[in-house]
Amino acid sequence: MQEKLESLMQELALKKIASGEVDRVLAWKKGESYFDVSPAIFKESFDGFTYNAFCGANLSKFLVEETKKEGKVLVFLKPCDTYSFNQLLSEHRINREKVYVVGIECQGKLDINKVYAKGIDGILDIEETDSELKIKTIYGDKTVKKDEVFSVKCETCKSKKLVVFDEKIVLNEMKDNKEKRFDIVEKLESMTEEERFAFWQAELSKCIRCNACRNVCPACTCTNCVFDNNKSGIAGKANADSFEEKLYHIIRAFHVAGRCTDCGECSRVCPQGIPLHLINRKIIKDMNTNYGEYQAGETVTPLNPIVDFKKDDVEANTVVGGKK
Amino acid sequence: MLKIDISSLPLLYEKIASLYPLVLPIKKANEVNYDKYSNGAEVSLFTLKTNKSPKDMFFPQTEDLMKFKVDGQKIEIIDTRKEAQPFVVMGVKACDYKAFEVLDRVFLVDPIDTYYKTKREAGIIITLACDRPEESCFCKAFNIDASSPLGDITTWKVGDKLFWKANTQKGKDLTEKIKDLFTEGDEKTVEKAKQEITETISKLPFSNIDVNALSKDEMLDTFKSDKWSKLSEACLGCGTCTFVCPTCQCFDIREFNANDKIMRFRCWDSCMYKDFTKTAGGQPRPTQMQRFRQRFMHKLVYYPENNDGLYSCVGCGRCVKKCPSHLNIVKVIKAFGGEKK
Amino acid sequence: MEKEFEALIPQVCVITDIRKDTPDVKTFRVVALDGKKPFIHKPGQCAMLSIPGVGEALFSITSSPTQTEYVEFSIKKCGCVTEMLHSFEVGQQITVRGPYGRCFPVDTVFKGKDMLFIAGGIGLAPLRSVINYIRDNRKDYGKVAIVYGSRSADDLVDYKEIIDEWQKEKDFDVYLTIDREQEGWTGHVGFVPNYVKEVNIPNTYTAVLCGPPIMIKFTLQGLLELGFEKKNIYTTLELRMKCGIGKCGRCNVGGKYVCKDGPVFCMTELDELPDEY
Repeated sequence: MQEKLESLMQELALKKIASGEVDRVLAWKKGESYFDVSPAIFKESFDGFTYNAFCGANLSKFLVEETKKEGKVLVFLKPCDTYSFNQLLSEHRINREKVYVVGIECQGKLDINKVYAKGIDGILDIEETDSELKIKTIYGDKTVKKDEVFSVKCETCKSKKLVVFDEKIVLNEMKDNKEKRFDIVEKLESMTEEERFAFWQAELSKCIRCNACRNVCPACTCTNCVFDNNKSGIAGKANADSFEEKLYHIIRAFHVAGRCTDCGECSRVCPQGIPLHLINRKIIKDMNTNYGEYQAGETVTPLNPIVDFKKDDVEANTVVGGKK
Repeated sequence: MLKIDISSLPLLYEKIASLYPLVLPIKKANEVNYDKYSNGAEVSLFTLKTNKSPKDMFFPQTEDLMKFKVDGQKIEIIDTRKEAQPFVVMGVKACDYKAFEVLDRVFLVDPIDTYYKTKREAGIIITLACDRPEESCFCKAFNIDASSPLGDITTWKVGDKLFWKANTQKGKDLTEKIKDLFTEGDEKTVEKAKQEITETISKLPFSNIDVNALSKDEMLDTFKSDKWSKLSEACLGCGTCTFVCPTCQCFDIREFNANDKIMRFRCWDSCMYKDFTKTAGGQPRPTQMQRFRQRFMHKLVYYPENNDGLYSCVGCGRCVKKCPSHLNIVKVIKAFGGEKK
Repeated sequence: MEKEFEALIPQVCVITDIRKDTPDVKTFRVVALDGKKPFIHKPGQCAMLSIPGVGEALFSITSSPTQTEYVEFSIKKCGCVTEMLHSFEVGQQITVRGPYGRCFPVDTVFKGKDMLFIAGGIGLAPLRSVINYIRDNRKDYGKVAIVYGSRSADDLVDYKEIIDEWQKEKDFDVYLTIDREQEGWTGHVGFVPNYVKEVNIPNTYTAVLCGPPIMIKFTLQGLLELGFEKKNIYTTLELRMKCGIGKCGRCNVGGKYVCKDGPVFCMTELDELPDEY
């Protein structure tokens, strides 16, 4: 199935380039092994072109820079990536006319770290079937069920809807898992303040301020981030103390509030395994509760509940949820 | 050669920690990093690859340099350092140990960085031979022997035993203080284990890359190569690779200003960041391609040029595992022809 | 045990004189707390000045090593630290560490040579050190020519010293120019690179360039056209620096660290470096 999808994608890409409709293609490229996949631009050569269960990277943010260049780019977007794309359109960060969007099937992406966590290492190659990974390692062959190693963002997939596309390639039915979306947030809400503080203290104290979460985030597209601006007074560039670590992540969460589509890239890239998406997801849940259901990126709109005042809005100082 | 049951290691940790502060791989919130041991800590000594390297112990991510007291036009400088006390770092792998040599050649050359030096002298390093290398490891390419790391003491995990051998006076002194916990170990068992490790390492996919690939040609030809733009295409410009790297040593000096107390500190910085070289007057590396190129040229060409051919990479593979876009030094080396058939 | 030299810990110094050179350049005279010169330096070297709470930055030392009483820094207002310095009054303490870097080869290569100094704007600052060093060791060097230009007559740094002292020195030819016509200015008008070609100094001179990158680029072209050899052309680089001692990595270009291996470079050396400066 995977190969079929991949070859259809490549066929389409080649066709669009040959016809001159697009100038280049933004997709994924296989590197040193099956799970070593990088976002890449293809033009003349399609060597390494791939689409497999490890293509977790959200390509929409790359379009911010790509659409500043000459010519039209064809991009492959998974359902959740299309939400980011719409959101970036809402924020006028992408020039829509320079993009040909191909929505593609996604059966959930996998996290190689979860494979490692099962004690599987020394991986030489992986063969992917519809439900399993057959893994060849220097320590022998292993098999893993895909649904045991879904990346965090896919475990609780919010939607398999392609909200924007010029064309789509979907061969099989896709299933989301949105019922579980707020499970962990609810678990955190049910903690006492002390427990919750201890949880975030332990998680955020791992932060090394590498900025991977910010730089990958499709909602973080400021030309000069406040944390990079020496004149801001908070360009600490270091986890100088525990206060500063939290400051960084909380400021970031509030800055993307209402714009965060819950794509989960922040958690996918964190080298210290901090579940950063939970901060954003908590804000999304509160917004849903207080202002009515809203999904950033579902449509192209300049308004979101945070910036759209309605007379019946809940009062700003209302305390919602949380145990004392 | 001494040995101790792995099941008895908690006793060893307690014993060492009663003598000196002990730093070793500890699991906190699901991730393993070097951290200070305390009773009840979840030690994960045999984790092959901690997220961050142990370079923190000598070159911390943030480090206070001095304090200033400002009174009108007057300034007073206060050196806030306390005298460095001996401490023990345990579980250091061969690659990370080699990285200390790379750092030494930066911080301990004239003018000496005393902040680094005092910690380096105070540290007692217990290394651990690798017993289960991963596919991202490529220390062999730098002629590092993961089966016999150096350090003040070397340890080997063989079966349910940890073998222990002191190499230096510092190591012997420490061993002397805790020798009750050990029994006599058999050198041959360790030799056999070493052979097995060496065999395993030769099966790793990146073990045979040719790290000389970038320094073979004229430096400026490598610099001007058109390969860099493709290699750096997906670089997000984050600092993950530099912060998890055991040899990256670039830093920033900044000040924390609270009323009359001003603390000058240094913190890790990254050549991947766009403000790294930015001045009021200009930006010598305006593109991410240039910043990406700087990192690898520095590791594989510039640093060896100044350090008798020693590379500023030890093949620990952390960048291979951690780059959000899966870009890494192995791909760079291979792109420049470093793939041995 | 002898206390180890602390490369990163500065000494407290005091500003004893402030001279306003141009609307945005001031020259600061600095001594250590004991009233003496804070350090011994060579022409072309730099030092880190800092204002605690504001920041630290590297500046070239403007005074000549032959000045035994104090050191001077000519500083243009262009960032946080420099803006603060410009707001200071005499008696203000600052911190100083250094001197750093490789100096001009005044005791080797330059000895006995005819020298051509070319500067633009604040670029005169590091050259003033070497020019005055030559004046104080006049017999060791040949003829001296100085081509100096700025945006306007008001922007010529050290104008008084140039007119009152340099122009009167034996075998010193001083050529001043400003970018645009200005009332009261009877001297040359035009950009430095062109003026260098016009004054036509013999290409046997050893040239030292300092100024904005664009000036360096075109002046260098001009000098090469005049037949100057690259091995006889020197310049100073300016990159972002934090430590000043070749460790923080910021000023690394190729195998060199500008703070340690520079800031003075011969053009033949620059040819071997990546053009990231």
